[in-house]
Amino acid sequence: MPPAAPRSGDAIFASVERVNAELFTLTYGAIVRQLLTDLEEVEEVNKQLDQMGYNIGIRLIDEFLAKSNVSRCVDFKETAEVIAKVGFKMFLGVTASVTNWDADGTCCSIVLDDNPLVDFVELPDTCQGLYYCNILSGVIRGALEMVSMKTEVTWIRDMLRGDDAYELQVKLLNQVPEEYPYKDDE
Amino acid sequence: MKMIGVGKIKQYCNVLDKSLSKGKQEVSLSAFAFLFSELVQYNQTQVDNIAELERRLEDAGYAVGARVLELLCHRDKGNRRETRLLGILSFVHSTVWKVLFGKVADSLEKGTEHDDEYMISEKELLVNKFISIPKDMGTFNCGAFVAGIVRGVLDSAGFPAVVTAHFVPMEGQQRPRTTILIKFAEEVLRREARLG
Repeated sequence: MPPAAPRSGDAIFASVERVNAELFTLTYGAIVRQLLTDLEEVEEVNKQLDQMGYNIGIRLIDEFLAKSNVSRCVDFKETAEVIAKVGFKMFLGVTASVTNWDADGTCCSIVLDDNPLVDFVELPDTCQGLYYCNILSGVIRGALEMVSMKTEVTWIRDMLRGDDAYELQVKLLNQVPEEYPYKDDE
Repeated sequence: MKMIGVGKIKQYCNVLDKSLSKGKQEVSLSAFAFLFSELVQYNQTQVDNIAELERRLEDAGYAVGARVLELLCHRDKGNRRETRLLGILSFVHSTVWKVLFGKVADSLEKGTEHDDEYMISEKELLVNKFISIPKDMGTFNCGAFVAGIVRGVLDSAGFPAVVTAHFVPMEGQQRPRTTILIKFAEEVLRREARLG
């Protein structure tokens, strides 16, 4: 039986159960508020958000692979396209685009058209160092690590900090070949 | 003629200047479930016992509830606010539930033993959908988050109450249903009696 064709982000999003984005937005806001109260230091909150994102990413990748039927990506360029077009769409219902490829093809930018995390949000003066959406960078990093790609994900532009868009830079550090957990019997 | 070295001026957009969304945007249920799971797991690291964990989830929910009330009153209710007990209960059971969970709550009942108690029940709370409670956590219910949301809505609307979430085993069903128990403060009942 031939393998199923990869599904588009729109098709998957239409087929999964969905919830109101505002519940999602407000819950995320509650999380960030809790972290700010507990940790106080903005840098610590950034790190914790990234860690939470990482925890989500390592589990999210399974669902992504199961639902999207994407075949193994040939190169990092394809990986980035798939994240932007299928990944963001099927989970957050928004599209993203990939730009700013470097010469090696190991570093690119993902620009979000829309960001459900930040509805109703304004950063107060006391939180100017906060990367409010840092959970997203953790998710991407965690998910890619589970498919053997070690990456560094950072925010280039953040509308809550006065920029005109949400732009993430994804840099491929290295590809770790899959290791079998057992040594073959000699 | 080329513009050289035009610096980008940071535009801090005032969130109040942006138009309010219609509330029709959606995300996948699993995105929410992942996020909620992280909320619970993070709070587990911050507490020593179940009661504290429930309280923290409730507090997180409270903040959501207060904002949901403001949002809905402004957007869907034309800045009108319920002033009567049954009105606000109906608002929570129908409007708030529909917006947050996509359906009205399964039932709204008045407590039989106490005048100040009301119960909103749901066969399977959205937040509990992918959660199983280990036996050693006893009666812990992640619905505490939803109880917090309800308390946030009621409190901000002028109906202070103690709100808790309970599992109620149902005959013939594998998973117990969740009941959100609302116990209104005395002042609410007195005011209600005065209003006739």
